[in-house]
Amino acid sequence: MKRILTKLNKAFDHRVRLGIMSVLVVNDWVDFTFLKDTLELTDGRLASHIKALEKVKYLEVRKRFVGRKPNTSYRVTEKGRQAFQAHLDALEELLKQSK
Amino acid sequence: MTPHNREHLATLSEIRSLMERSSRFISLSGLSGVAAGLWALVGAAAAFVYLGKVPFDGRYHTFVDVGQWGVPPVVFFAINASLVLVLALFSGIYFTTRKARRNGQPIWGQLTRRLLWSLAVPLAVGGLFSLAMIRSGMVLLVAPATLVFYGLALLNASKYTLHDIRYLGMTEMGLGLIAAFWPGYGLEFWAIGFGLAHILYGTAMYMKYERKL
Repeated sequence: MKRILTKLNKAFDHRVRLGIMSVLVVNDWVDFTFLKDTLELTDGRLASHIKALEKVKYLEVRKRFVGRKPNTSYRVTEKGRQAFQAHLDALEELLKQSK
Repeated sequence: MTPHNREHLATLSEIRSLMERSSRFISLSGLSGVAAGLWALVGAAAAFVYLGKVPFDGRYHTFVDVGQWGVPPVVFFAINASLVLVLALFSGIYFTTRKARRNGQPIWGQLTRRLLWSLAVPLAVGGLFSLAMIRSGMVLLVAPATLVFYGLALLNASKYTLHDIRYLGMTEMGLGLIAAFWPGYGLEFWAIGFGLAHILYGTAMYMKYERKL
C-alpha cells in the first residue's frame, strides 16, 4: 500500500492540476480561455496551477497573436503525458487492491 | 469502501468526464437529425412530383430540357437542394443551441470550430466533385457521390462529437455505394440516406441522450 501511495505524483496533488492535465492529454494546443471555461476557474487560480505544471515541464506554452489579441495556448509534453498516465495507473491500482 | 477510495474513484470519474467534455462537442441534438431528415423527405417528395415519377418504378431519371411548370430541371434541383440544405442547417442549429443552452454548455468554441471544420472539408470537396460530374454529364452518379462524401464527412466528424455519428456516416456511405452500383435510383437512395437515416438516427440519439434530461 505504501509503495503505491508514493507513486501518486506530488505534482498532481491538486485536483485542478489533474483537471488541466485531463483536458490537455486529449487535445492538441488548448488556449487559456478554453481551459478556464471547461474547468470553471478564475484567471488567477488557473494561471498559478499552470505555472506549477510548467515548472516541472509537464506542459509547454505557446504565446502568439491571433489578429491583435494575444493568445496563450498549452500542450502536454511527453514527460507530462507519461507522468499523468502513471498517476492514473497508480490510482486504479489503489482501488483494485482495496476491493 | 474507505473514504480514501471513494475519493480516488470520484477523481477518476471526474478525469474521464473532463476528457470527454473537452474533446467532443456533445451538444449535438438528435432532433437536429430528425428535422434535417424531414426537410430532405419534403425535398425528395417535391422532386418525385416534379419528375412525375413514383419511387422505385424502375424508370431512369431522364433530365430532359423541358421540365415541369416551366422550370428547367437544373434550376429546379438547384433550388430544391439549396432549400433543403438551408432549412436543415437552420433547424439543426436551432435544436443544437437549445440543447447546449439547457445543459449550460458553450455553443461556440474551440470544439465547435473543430467539429464544423472536420465536416466542412469533405463536404466542400464532395460538392465540387459533384459539380464536376454534372458538367461531364454523369448526373446518375451525383446522388451516390453526395451520399458517399457526406458519409465520409460524418465519419471524420465523429471524432469530435457523439460516437453515434460514426454509424450514421457508415450507413450513408453504404447507401451511396449501393446507389452507385444500382444507377437510376439516385433520388430514392437520396431520400433514404438524407431523409430516413437522419430521422432514425436522430430519434435514437434523442432517446439515448436527451429524453431523460
